[in-house]
Amino acid sequence: MPRDLRIWLGGGFILFLILVAMFAPLLAPFDPLEQDLMAATAAPGVEPGHWLGTDSLGRDVLSRLIYGTRIALTVAFVAAALACLLGTTLGLLAGYYRGWVDAMVSRLVDIWMAFPPVLLSILLVAVLGAGLTSVIIAIVVIDWTRFARVVRAETQQQARLEYAEAASALGMGHGAILWREVLPNVLPVVLVLLSLEMGIAVIVEAILSFVGLSVSTDTPTWGGMIAEGRQIIYQAWWVLVFPLGALFLTVLAFNQLGDGLRQWLDPMLKR
Amino acid sequence: MPLSIILSRALSALLTLFGVMVVVFVLVRVVPGDPISMMIAPGATDADIAALRAHYGLDLPIWQQFWVWFKQVLQGNLGTSISMKQGVITIIAQRLPATLELAIFALIMAVIWGGFIALVSTAWRGTWVERAIDNFNGIMLAVPDFIWALTFVLVLGVLVPVLPISGRSDPSIDAGLATQFYILEGLARAKFAFVWDVLKHMLLPACALAFPLAAVIGRVLKNTMMDVMVQDYITLARIKGLSSIRILLQEALRNAAVPALALTGVQFTFLIGGTVITERIFSYPGIGNLAIDAVINRDLPLIQGLVLTFGIIFIIVNMAVDALTVWLNPRLRHA
Repeated sequence: MPRDLRIWLGGGFILFLILVAMFAPLLAPFDPLEQDLMAATAAPGVEPGHWLGTDSLGRDVLSRLIYGTRIALTVAFVAAALACLLGTTLGLLAGYYRGWVDAMVSRLVDIWMAFPPVLLSILLVAVLGAGLTSVIIAIVVIDWTRFARVVRAETQQQARLEYAEAASALGMGHGAILWREVLPNVLPVVLVLLSLEMGIAVIVEAILSFVGLSVSTDTPTWGGMIAEGRQIIYQAWWVLVFPLGALFLTVLAFNQLGDGLRQWLDPMLKR
Repeated sequence: MPLSIILSRALSALLTLFGVMVVVFVLVRVVPGDPISMMIAPGATDADIAALRAHYGLDLPIWQQFWVWFKQVLQGNLGTSISMKQGVITIIAQRLPATLELAIFALIMAVIWGGFIALVSTAWRGTWVERAIDNFNGIMLAVPDFIWALTFVLVLGVLVPVLPISGRSDPSIDAGLATQFYILEGLARAKFAFVWDVLKHMLLPACALAFPLAAVIGRVLKNTMMDVMVQDYITLARIKGLSSIRILLQEALRNAAVPALALTGVQFTFLIGGTVITERIFSYPGIGNLAIDAVINRDLPLIQGLVLTFGIIFIIVNMAVDALTVWLNPRLRHA
């Protein structure tokens, strides 16, 4: 697929999700929490107005799907941004200063990589107590390594180049070189990673909801819907299929955006 | 490889393992909720509770608890599971074979599938076949095992029910095996019907795990093969009249395999990490599923044991890949 198409399709879908999340109350045909046991597990289109059917408590699947974008996007943006901030900072420091800073960060990354990430996130959320904040913290604590590893390698490469040396000869301090010279050159890679990380964060939130550890069951989330759908899969496949499809498209969109950005920025990276 | 490199790698692995132990221990200690309160019988006295606390060593200061636990682990004692009232080692030994067989089966599928993708798209390079495979590969790579697993459950388990979506084998078949290595022992004892049943149960979870890995292998292998295909010795082989299939398999694939192998190893650890949620979705009785139960039950000794098991597996895989890469690359072997 051509690179511009990737960026437009991926970015366009994410923009669409942002709009859905913002205008959820206007778009949703029903209250996502409203139960109607008379209309429970109705197939799509059977009950009037329930276009995507209802779940086991008679709640409208479409409305829950629409409200679910709010949690998904909140986690995607907040968790990915914080993981990016933490990982990039540590990666820059490790790549630039080398020595014991590098040794410590690298060892920490090694230790982190020896944990299955899903298990670690479940354990962290169990420790912190279920809830949106815990989910975000868990994602940040686990996924900063993705940024740190790449940024460290990239910084090492950049710091060896002549411009860094020139800046040093001109009397710039380490902090200024890192901030004004190295960081702008590392930024393209970080941007690509950030886009990919947003997709990963949405998945992790869904997994935690699936295991029953994310936000409270009163708040509609795609993962929570998927968990319920898995249990009543033989009675009502639509409870699983729509949130799963939404998750699929969202992850794909963040990935296409990231890949498109990578191709677009590649000439600048000179690799 | 020089002995000093091997030694420093091993030392580094041990340090990492120690770090893993510290992290696990600290994490598990700050879990809110008293595990003791879940195991006391109604009407237990304060003295009973204190005795139980002392029995599990929960009354000591935290660094002493770590020291006690650390010494026990070195002696091969991981304690007793609080929720299952059994030795942690015994429980893990019971469940680990299921996970190992699943992960290795998935790895084999990923290698075959990835190799196939690479061969077909290299053979038909520049045509619509290559573009179609590239696009499909992109989707396989972007979508994680969690989504694949649920999609397979939905499509091949429920809508078109062709494969089982839960458990490890049909409970009505009693194969009377001595070990938990169902496939290995089943094959050794020639119980092919049973092995077939186990394989059918494994197919969907293994596919979910294998898809992203197959995409990675396919992409790397294809890119390296494309580079190889323009080399002089390929042209020479073609002039000598070798068939294009033979050139692809004998020359291109062989030379492209080593770089793909190193990456496969790293990605294999991701696959093992993926077993946690995949086993959950398929109610597969391995250590991943067990680990989620352990966290939900706040079973501290079992959580510690399981995370440590995963850590050891990851480190072993990484070291094995390092060794294999060096062994396959003569330049590194004689360094």
